[in-house]
Amino acid sequence: MIELWFVIIAFLWTGYFVLEGFDFGVGMLAPLVSRTPAEQRASLQTIGPVWDGNEVWVITAVGAMFAAFPAWYAGMFSAFYLPVTLILAGLIMRGVGLEWRGKVTSPLWCDLGIVVGSALPAFLWGAVFAGLLFDGAPAALLGGAFTLAVCVLHGAVFLALKTTGPVRRRARVAALAAAGVTVPVAVAALSSLGTFPALAAMAALAAATALIWRRREGWAFAATAGAIVLVMVAVFMELRVSPLPGLTLAEAASGEYTLTMLSWIGLITVPFVLVYQGWTYWVFRKRVQVAG
Amino acid sequence: MDALDLARWQFGVTTVYHFLFVPLTIGLGVFVAGLQTAWHRTGKEHYLKLTKFFGKLFLINFAMGVVTGIVQEFQFGMNWSEYSTFVGDVFGAPLAMEALLAFFMESTFLGLWIFGWDRLPKKVHLATIWAAAIGSNLSAYFILAANAWMKHPVGYEVVDGKARMTDLWAVLTNSTALAQVPHVVGSAFVVAGGFVLAVCGYWLLRTRAEMWRSAARAALVMTAIAGAVVAGTGDMSARLLHEQQPMKLAAAEGLTHDTQGAPFTVVPGIEIPKLLSLLSTHDPDATIQGTEDLQTRFEQQFGPGDYRPDPTVVFWSFRVMIVFGLATVGLSVLGLWLTRRRRPFPAWLSRALLLALPLPLVAVIAGWLLSEIGRQPWTVTGELLTAASVSPGVSLAEVATSLTLFTLLYGALAVAEVVLLARHVRGGVEERPPAPAVERREPSLMY
Repeated sequence: MIELWFVIIAFLWTGYFVLEGFDFGVGMLAPLVSRTPAEQRASLQTIGPVWDGNEVWVITAVGAMFAAFPAWYAGMFSAFYLPVTLILAGLIMRGVGLEWRGKVTSPLWCDLGIVVGSALPAFLWGAVFAGLLFDGAPAALLGGAFTLAVCVLHGAVFLALKTTGPVRRRARVAALAAAGVTVPVAVAALSSLGTFPALAAMAALAAATALIWRRREGWAFAATAGAIVLVMVAVFMELRVSPLPGLTLAEAASGEYTLTMLSWIGLITVPFVLVYQGWTYWVFRKRVQVAG
Repeated sequence: MDALDLARWQFGVTTVYHFLFVPLTIGLGVFVAGLQTAWHRTGKEHYLKLTKFFGKLFLINFAMGVVTGIVQEFQFGMNWSEYSTFVGDVFGAPLAMEALLAFFMESTFLGLWIFGWDRLPKKVHLATIWAAAIGSNLSAYFILAANAWMKHPVGYEVVDGKARMTDLWAVLTNSTALAQVPHVVGSAFVVAGGFVLAVCGYWLLRTRAEMWRSAARAALVMTAIAGAVVAGTGDMSARLLHEQQPMKLAAAEGLTHDTQGAPFTVVPGIEIPKLLSLLSTHDPDATIQGTEDLQTRFEQQFGPGDYRPDPTVVFWSFRVMIVFGLATVGLSVLGLWLTRRRRPFPAWLSRALLLALPLPLVAVIAGWLLSEIGRQPWTVTGELLTAASVSPGVSLAEVATSLTLFTLLYGALAVAEVVLLARHVRGGVEERPPAPAVERREPSLMY
């Protein structure tokens, strides 16, 4: 039961980084790939209907950690106090920026909030998870640089997949540039893990680069998403031994009764969530046009 | 001033601030869904205009509720790691359920609603706003079940210094939660009704359009009904306090010693004989415990320490809650009477309706101060003291940093939110007829 809940929490965090990963990337890139306010609007519209639902994945991941592994939850967020504070500040600025930018006279402040509020968590989540696995500031910085780069790449590919015309073209260029940075950073960051999924993630990122070069945007997006999944698998394989220094999963876990109850609740609700979130992507599956 | 004090301040500041937006989300979501349903049923254009108008105000507010809510989910672990480790087995379950059952539904369907006006069939689109509104209300239930457990822990045992859940059903049907949910959700509908009334009051002073009258009448009905629910469940809560949290009840009344046939203190010096006993037990001659006598008994039970909450805050927040809450409900009942059978809104009433925005907000904040400061010195009544709940490894400087950052950020956003809401209220409804729904590829709204 403990193992199962560890896998579920890994699944929730993975879902979060796959989904919000491209939200972060789009948030950072929107001003770069847009020349006009209409293009900027179209860029952000690619994530408009879904970003808030994507963000619930982290609330669920954290809530599930609280319920299933209280000591892990408590230890992790009190240990990484300042980075988590800044992540929260970023998520606040970004959320408000995205919701308000269509309702203010000049969206400048909102756009600034979206860029900063996307970059901060994209970097700091990597630093926090690297901090769980390795000692020292260099490892944390490398981890942060890696997640930041992957989010930019993932978002650029998503933008190329979801837009048309000049925005799509610029997004492709941005994706190629991002890939040029991401692949070497990934080699540096992931080789310290050295496990099979970590190596496979590097391969997936290389494949994504080739696919975006050949304008296979859908497949490129699958490759960046796959790379994120593989990285998370590699990270959680390490955390399985010890989720926090000096703490084992069994010590951190809630009782058998609670885990059983949570399992039933998850079993009943998660399929519904996946279906209606999937349906949202289906409803908004078309590329976003720039309003004329 | 140590890390504990600042952590308490941060929790207070961020939670009170969060709860300025939450009641509006809970109540206004249902109100907007109701307006859209009215449009769907009657086909009257002004219901669509009102749906879009209040929908926009709802979304401006919703964003603030969401982003300030994320902080809460992390804050327990950041500042209250000892608490989190002790309670997670029990307290975490409703939080996880809240995310799975409520937050996903709320945010996903709201995204569909915002961008789905031209994409979804009309009925499906209507269903999305209802799903979002139901999600908001469900979230209130789960978080209040968690909160109620702190005041009246049930369905658990303590093993190796940690609470272990033994009965989830008991946690979810905690008598305290069942009294608190309708009380808090009802008050959320009073706040939302008051918000709509203030907006309508503003417009009724400027135009005779039937639209604002009908919106105001609907909000008056909503506020009056919700107000009755709040008052009724407040009475339930008082009786539960007598059984479960006698110290809070005594502090709220400034009752120092065990008293048979205890009077209700209106303000210090003015008392109504036997009313407190009557209210809290339905027996005018019942004995109500006083703070000093409880303190003596708690010291015998739990060891030396001060088990009394801040008497001033608890006493006065109780009165502020009642006065401001009743004033709002009184205003709505008066409004219903004065505008019965198509009578117009008198100008002074429209002006008075502007007060319906601040009055209930003050009441709900006072209610939370009563509820949570009255729980002190415990985080979990009888099990865990607040002083023992704080994160041991988090320094004063760290808490000071986060408290400063959140306060500055929240302060700036509060100003922006008020300016933004005011601008959109003044902007009024969009008079331009909605574009025909033929093959518009572009979602027209909001971004």
